[in-house]
Amino acid sequence: MSGQSCLRANEWICGEYLRTRSQELLDATAQHVLIALSSVVIGLLAAFPLALLVRRWRGLAGPVLGLTTVLYTVPSLAMFALLMPVFGLSASVVVTGLALYSLTVLVRNILAGLDAVPAGTREAARGMGYGPARLLFEVEIPLALPALMAGLRIAAVSAVSLTTVGAIVGHGGLGNLLYAGLDSFFRAQVLTASVICVLLAVLADLLLLGAQRLLTPWTRHIRSARASARPGGAGPGGAGPSSPRAAAPVSGPPAAPAAKAG
Amino acid sequence: MGVLAEAWNWLATEAHWAGGTGAGRRLTEHLWLTAVSLGLACAVALPVALYLGHRGRGGALAVNISNAGRAVPTFAVLVLLTLTPLGRHGDLPTVIALVLFAVPPLLTNAYVGMREADRDVVEAARGMGMSGGQVFARVELPLAFALIMTGVRSAAIQVVATATLAGLVGGGGLGRIITAGFNTYSTPQVVAGALLVAALALAVEALFALAQWLLDPIRRRGSAAARGGAGGRSGARGGGTGLRTRVAP
Repeated sequence: MSGQSCLRANEWICGEYLRTRSQELLDATAQHVLIALSSVVIGLLAAFPLALLVRRWRGLAGPVLGLTTVLYTVPSLAMFALLMPVFGLSASVVVTGLALYSLTVLVRNILAGLDAVPAGTREAARGMGYGPARLLFEVEIPLALPALMAGLRIAAVSAVSLTTVGAIVGHGGLGNLLYAGLDSFFRAQVLTASVICVLLAVLADLLLLGAQRLLTPWTRHIRSARASARPGGAGPGGAGPSSPRAAAPVSGPPAAPAAKAG
Repeated sequence: MGVLAEAWNWLATEAHWAGGTGAGRRLTEHLWLTAVSLGLACAVALPVALYLGHRGRGGALAVNISNAGRAVPTFAVLVLLTLTPLGRHGDLPTVIALVLFAVPPLLTNAYVGMREADRDVVEAARGMGMSGGQVFARVELPLAFALIMTGVRSAAIQVVATATLAGLVGGGGLGRIITAGFNTYSTPQVVAGALLVAALALAVEALFALAQWLLDPIRRRGSAAARGGAGGRSGARGGGTGLRTRVAP
């Protein structure tokens, strides 16, 4: 049987590995998705009130944005290590760390999106009798969605890739397989886990892009017109990571973090 | 609070800093890895990005490389490289992985910086008879400087942070203090290592912010003009900003 020999020969690509260890791979992938997903969801739940607070009281902008940026500069391994005394060796360490990272990009993008809502639109909604809550949920948030989703995509892709580092506390999803594969010099396991990890990141990005298209049907018609009307404006409206502008961090200090790799 | 105090004690203990596996050695290794990787990444990415930006080509390439880089976990690349024959050459896998991850921010920022250099100023410079090389060196490069340095800064931070992961695959650097602490269940050591890395990242950030401020060609020209030397160069700069405000209302 030739399939058996690729495990024995320790080849990089091995069908036999996929067949015999599929359960292990599925479990690791499930843990990976769960950790990345819950961290981004928690990050979003925390980022929203923070962004609203900063918008309401501008004086908070410095401390909030500064603190999240400082958190962002803490390396992932160090972040997990610092959180370990608080949570012990648990998945909470990884989820909390990744949620803290996602705060930086989410708070910034939500704030930029809300700020970019044209004053005229806001006035018109108020004139039509919209109260503050209805204005926020029915006018401002939908208009801020493209910017929010751009941030969410960066946060999600970074979270998927950083989850692997959680292997240090034993909760790294596919990272656990990488770690184990490193010790046992198991090539097929390392390559397979790496490939699944990249696929997960790409899948998360595409799903969020699809969700954005579904949630903001109007941008498909307006985007080109608005882009030509306001060149170089702070319009994060059209700034999905697919547009060249979004990939460039804002030049003004503090530098907007482009991506958290790990 | 107890853990932080213990971590502080760990850091204050002189014995932990000395020797072949001490914190001093790890700090040197970390700085060495960072410097080599960042230097190599700059040597590879900046010329390519500046040339592409000057010619106005390859924007999609720069952006796509950046986006792809975000999706690939550094840890996975490190483990993969360690298992290849390269893994037998000490820190080589770490350096390669770090270079790979420092290139995207450098590439994108330098390219975008060159492209965003005010087109009207570039045209004016050409109209004044400047050659391609002169436009590149005297107009585009100074205007792009801030964005290029932003890229170098984020690359530097990323490299300092990511070099920590070398400890996971048995490489050198401050990550080793953390992983060694994990292996011996020594929480104070883990926290001490984390504090060292965080402090180093912040120090590097501050250092690059200072370097950017000191080297900024536009600011220096501005201050030269302010000192009274209103020569042709500073005049050109004034014209540049004037154009910019007029073009972008």
